[in-house]
Amino acid sequence: MGKIVEIEGVNKIYGSNHVVRNLDITVDEGEFLTLLGSSGCGKTTTLRMIAGFEEPTTGTIKVEGEPIEEKEPFERNVNTVFQSYALFPHKTIFDNIAYGLKMKKVPKTEIKERVLEMMEMVQLSGFEHRYPSQLSGGQKQRVAIARALINRPRVLLLDEPLGALDLKLRKQMQLELKRLQKKLNITFIYVTHDQEEALTMSDRIAVMHDGVIDQLATPTDIYEHPATRFVATFIGETNIYDGCVTSISDGVATVTLENGAVKVGCDDSFSILEYATVSVRPEKMRFSKTPIEGFELVAVVKDYIYVGSVLKCIVSLPNGNELKIERLAGQELPKIGSKIYPYWNPEDAVLIHNDSYKIFKALDEIRLA
Amino acid sequence: MEKKKSKHEFRGNTLPALVTVGPVTLLLLGLVLAPLIFVLVMSFCSTDEFYNVVYRFTAENYSKLVSPDYMKIYGQSLLIAFLTTVVCILLGYPFSYIIARTKNKKKKLLYMLVIIPFWTNSLIRIYGWRTFLGNSGWLNSLLLKLQIVSEPVDFLYKTGTTVLGMVYCLIPFMILPLYTAIEKLDGSLLEASGDLGARPIRTLFEIIIPLTSSGIFSGSIMVFIPCLGYFFVSNILGGGNTDMIGNLIERQFKSANNWPLGAALSIILILVTLILVKAYQKAGGDMDSLGL
Amino acid sequence: MKRVKKEKRKRRVSVLFCTLMYLFLFMPISVVVANSFNATKSKPYLSWKGFTFDWYIKLWDNTSLLQAFGNTMIIAVVSTLLATIIGTLGAVGIYRYKFKGKGLINGLLYIPVVIPEIVIGIALLTIFSKVNIPRGMLTLILAHVSFCVPFVIFNVRARLSGYDNSIEEASMDLGANRLVTFFEITLPVLAPGIAGGALLAFTLSIDDVIISYFVNGQTKTYPLKVMESIKSGVSPDVNALSTLILIGTVVLVALTQSGILSGGHKKPE
Repeated sequence: MGKIVEIEGVNKIYGSNHVVRNLDITVDEGEFLTLLGSSGCGKTTTLRMIAGFEEPTTGTIKVEGEPIEEKEPFERNVNTVFQSYALFPHKTIFDNIAYGLKMKKVPKTEIKERVLEMMEMVQLSGFEHRYPSQLSGGQKQRVAIARALINRPRVLLLDEPLGALDLKLRKQMQLELKRLQKKLNITFIYVTHDQEEALTMSDRIAVMHDGVIDQLATPTDIYEHPATRFVATFIGETNIYDGCVTSISDGVATVTLENGAVKVGCDDSFSILEYATVSVRPEKMRFSKTPIEGFELVAVVKDYIYVGSVLKCIVSLPNGNELKIERLAGQELPKIGSKIYPYWNPEDAVLIHNDSYKIFKALDEIRLA
Repeated sequence: MEKKKSKHEFRGNTLPALVTVGPVTLLLLGLVLAPLIFVLVMSFCSTDEFYNVVYRFTAENYSKLVSPDYMKIYGQSLLIAFLTTVVCILLGYPFSYIIARTKNKKKKLLYMLVIIPFWTNSLIRIYGWRTFLGNSGWLNSLLLKLQIVSEPVDFLYKTGTTVLGMVYCLIPFMILPLYTAIEKLDGSLLEASGDLGARPIRTLFEIIIPLTSSGIFSGSIMVFIPCLGYFFVSNILGGGNTDMIGNLIERQFKSANNWPLGAALSIILILVTLILVKAYQKAGGDMDSLGL
Repeated sequence: MKRVKKEKRKRRVSVLFCTLMYLFLFMPISVVVANSFNATKSKPYLSWKGFTFDWYIKLWDNTSLLQAFGNTMIIAVVSTLLATIIGTLGAVGIYRYKFKGKGLINGLLYIPVVIPEIVIGIALLTIFSKVNIPRGMLTLILAHVSFCVPFVIFNVRARLSGYDNSIEEASMDLGANRLVTFFEITLPVLAPGIAGGALLAFTLSIDDVIISYFVNGQTKTYPLKVMESIKSGVSPDVNALSTLILIGTVVLVALTQSGILSGGHKKPE
């Protein structure tokens, strides 16, 4: 697979507001890449820079190997699906979808053929003569997608396209979008703040936070090996503790937390006496009625919450912190108020470098110098 | 970090801003602001014996403004404008209410019927009133024929006649904002009020009027202020008995040729306008509903 | 039963009230229309002397009246055109761009709307005489443009407030350059506001008496001609012309209204 979009060292500054910082992303052909983050993290700005509605303050963006900063939005071979749909209110659905082809001066008969074909693909046949105001939200969404896809762009940019739909329709559209993308083999760059949506649809996810990419990896990697504390908490539910690495042997670190020591799998980048964060997903947590070697946590069962297929067990540690432990429904459970010993398979937990530790270290070095 | 200079200016907006806002700015500065400032300057000037404006500072005009004769006319102007506004509200409110609450297609027709009369020149309509009300006018002919009166009644040249003409000219400016405000009124609020035990008259004062007060305010501004300047209405229907500040200004510019005095009189009108508009804004009025 | 009766009475009262109001509104117009068929020959043309179409024929000999009407039309068309262009551009610019003095511009816009017309009239008169612009067609057009522009701007601005900027971005994203986007997207979407503003400007210009009265010089417009004739009694041919104008406007508006209803697109939400 070739590279289709290369973003190199891009920064975007509005006045004193540094929205995107030193961004580097390479998107492969036919890939479904999601920019995920909360509002204001710079994901939409990044998308708008690729589309050409914003200019990078510094850095270059290449599409198919060619720098595009000097190209106007209408000269770029990328198309956008807008969050507000941005359908032309005074044009029929047919004319909305035909707009891009009309601009390219495609012959009328071909326009008609392609528009009708596209409308069939997005299941809108028969709606040609309607106006956008006569459609439901989901239908408008399909028009917006059809209007962009009909131009056969190399890259399709989607800015929270499903944000305005209700949950059920959103789930359905997610699958449909994914199907279209595979069928047409077009590169999708997709912006969303919905982590579930990102996990469902993407080939790769770039988690953005304060204008920086915290992690760019496959959904599985992002979920199972979050690179930063932010990623770990933003995606899925997790139990998270800060502590200090006290020993490392055979790829397993012993980390001392406020409530006692635990064991976590780790790589070579960690060193002894480093401050680090431990993240364990609720479904990876175990507990026992007797102490487990290497784990010094002791907790009291506080409550059970029933959420369909699983049961969430809330336990509290001596310092008041709470842990969530997931159990399949139907298993035998200790009574509320009873004492348990939480533990996990060291490989199932993730050790994350603690940024604040780096700051302390830098401060120390300055002091020494 | 070095900023790049880009060939195209997608958001570079100096040129488009200049093209779009430039003409209107020139127009407003040249044909609105400058003339008004010039009026202010002129109000401090005087005239020589040939009625030419002499540009030397004097406050003489302003001292003339407080003469008892003028004071009487100011009082009369305010009275006529006030009566006009009140009558416009009393007639316009129920009228707008009925039209705005009409349910079917008739509504649009009723609305258009309010506007159509105002496509005829206003002078000629006022003259129509004079034809109707004059001593040998239609109303008197009718009254004489029916032997209700034995002599023609003097309808013209009275304060009431001028108020009638003013109401006639200005009532659309009351009806339109009221119509807009009443149309926005959510019908379920009236039902809720009734449901909670309010009689219709209570609902009117507790719900309907407070919620449409914006329309009453902007309508009043749009009636009261122009009324002060509609000199032709009191010329045609008042025949010199109901002079208003507008007539005074007109005379200074058209016959007495004392422009500086006329300018000073205009400054009074400007001040009245400013005070009323400020009060309107203080009361929470929206400037945009003062349009048409 | 009592409730039904009460409702009925309420209805009757409202119908009666409305009828009286419409009578009030149309009374002077009926006088104007009726007088245009009045066979009277003596000033001040007030008493009814029988029905005739003569005035509609005599009207075509009254060159000064026709010329005044021609002037009114020229002024109305030219100033509406100018005011619509300046106003539309201005509304888009004020809405879209940030610039110094925006507050001042916004404030100045309200002046012609709220200040009594007579003040605008004398203000323009003094400045025109100060900078020695000869009073006539030019000053009339300038004056009319200046008081029409704010109304165009308010109309277009009302349309802009519900305007989604991203449709322009979408247009460019789909390959249309700025100019094409303006004509394909921006203008058609704003069109109802622009048309409304233009219509308003046109009617304001045609009907204007007070401001024209001060800045006209020797040029007579139709309303000024009416004003002149009022002193000696308005002759029925003026009424005849007014009647024709009224019919013309009603037909024109009826046509545009039905045109908008049938041929136009549905309004966006």
